[in-house]
Amino acid sequence: MLLAIDTATGSVGAALHDGDVVRAEVFRQDVRRHGELLAPAVSDALDEAGLRMSEVTAVVCGVGPGPFTGLRVGVVTALVLALGRGLPAPQGVCSLDALAHAAHLGAAGAPGIPGPELLVATDARRREVYWARYEMTPSGARRVGGPGVGPASSLPEEVRRLPAVGRGGLLYPESLTGQLESAPLDVSPGILADLAVRLREGTHPDSATGLLPPEPLYLRRPDAVETRAR
Amino acid sequence: MSGPLVLGIETSCDETGVGIVRGRTLLFDAIASSVEEHARFGGVVPEVASRAHLEAMVPTVERACREAGVRLADVDAVSVTAGPGLAGALLVGVASAKALALALGVPLYGVNHLAAHVAVDVVEHGPLPEPTMGLLVSGGHSNLLLVPDVTDDIRSLGATIDDAAGEAFDKVARVLGLPFPGGPHIDRVARDGDQVAIDFPRGLTSGRDLQRHRFDYSFSGLKTAVARWVQAREATGQPVPVADVAASFQEAVVDVLTRKAVLACAEHGVGDLLIGGGVAANSRLRALAQERCDAAGIRLRVPRPGLCTDNGAMVAALGAQMVMKGRPESRLDLPADSSQPVEQVRA
Ligand SMILES: [Zn+2]
Repeated sequence: MLLAIDTATGSVGAALHDGDVVRAEVFRQDVRRHGELLAPAVSDALDEAGLRMSEVTAVVCGVGPGPFTGLRVGVVTALVLALGRGLPAPQGVCSLDALAHAAHLGAAGAPGIPGPELLVATDARRREVYWARYEMTPSGARRVGGPGVGPASSLPEEVRRLPAVGRGGLLYPESLTGQLESAPLDVSPGILADLAVRLREGTHPDSATGLLPPEPLYLRRPDAVETRAR
Repeated sequence: MSGPLVLGIETSCDETGVGIVRGRTLLFDAIASSVEEHARFGGVVPEVASRAHLEAMVPTVERACREAGVRLADVDAVSVTAGPGLAGALLVGVASAKALALALGVPLYGVNHLAAHVAVDVVEHGPLPEPTMGLLVSGGHSNLLLVPDVTDDIRSLGATIDDAAGEAFDKVARVLGLPFPGGPHIDRVARDGDQVAIDFPRGLTSGRDLQRHRFDYSFSGLKTAVARWVQAREATGQPVPVADVAASFQEAVVDVLTRKAVLACAEHGVGDLLIGGGVAANSRLRALAQERCDAAGIRLRVPRPGLCTDNGAMVAALGAQMVMKGRPESRLDLPADSSQPVEQVRA
């Protein structure tokens, strides 16, 4: 039983996946209270699935990129849950890949992604976006550029016109012109769990590279100025 | 050895602390510090501290268990500093404690960092007399606390109205060209200096100030006075007598700290004074406090230096007392509160 956690975007949540299907998913929209909402979400997901903590056999977490304070809540929760249960260290998944995977799963149904490529752009605050570029294949969205961080207007022109998902296109529609109608905006932990299962079983085009160490993808250095030696 | 086995997590500033206590016995106190990473910035950088807490958390918990000779599965409760402190840093500890409580299926206790500084002395000197007077001095706090019950009832008598005492040490150290953190360096240099060489001001100790701010502290004026004195000296082209400046500055700080603490004991009829926080490691503060407590008939308790600075043992010690006194556990949606008032002992 896989427990998946993500706190990289505006949703905070957890999901349980049994290898075939998502057994439970609990997430809440709140960009400021990751620390308060995550542990109850894990607990509620277990209750909803009728499972106990001792039945979890593996943990995965979204490692961003995302605003650091919230992102760390998810990563450290995954690390310590695994430690506390005596499980192997959690595996990380790029949170932008989970948004691309959501688009891929949607594409398998009716709406379809217009074109072979996709842009995922999320809110990086400070008038910037976290972004990555994907090639849509029948077996999944393959990352071909990024993750990066910067002002939406600084992305290459051909990237800015791609069909886009995530909150970046809502925030900067003048720069990111391809935002899809009813695009997934925040990471769903259930979809992240589904992606992790496919990466682990080797059926996703990024299986060789998609599973990451359980460390935040910071992309930015801490803001601090070194004091000059006197 | 009996009592609940409690693991305590502390991340309010730049130390990742994990302590393990059984009842009133400290089994192990593991600390990972990012102080060297901050030294080149001349002070604690919150984002650097938060990143370091995340990296250190799992290894520090593992080391604490290994050295204490316990398995996580044997832990009866988890306690954590919920505040006050740096918001992002607290959040890493609080999330970790919740995850551990959830993984182990044991109660969680979110506790006040200042209360934990007082509570830690039970592992060193036994149960706390009720009430006890607490004087907490560090880079983050300067508080006088009346403590009728460390698990439930703490009253703030006074606090700094500007800089914390340890902050003043850091700033004066910088003026004197000594490294960060300044406390240990000033203490060392001052041993060769004359503490009455320069008459630096004692904040909030006279007339109206003493009425209005009876048990409050102020160190900002002192820090400025030291900087001005050093500047004036440099302007004359004469060398700065670093040892005398350090000794006179340190004397001004510890004089006010101990004078008000002893006065508070007398006015509230408290016979026991406990000093905690990083500045409690200062040798002159310990000596002068002992002298004045002896003269006033007050018993002085100072935990050993490693338990005075921020650590996990103090959080575990307070958690264990919460368990033993049957205090209610915290909920899983416990927030980290960077400005948690000292009166709020449990979160
Ligand atoms: Zn402290």
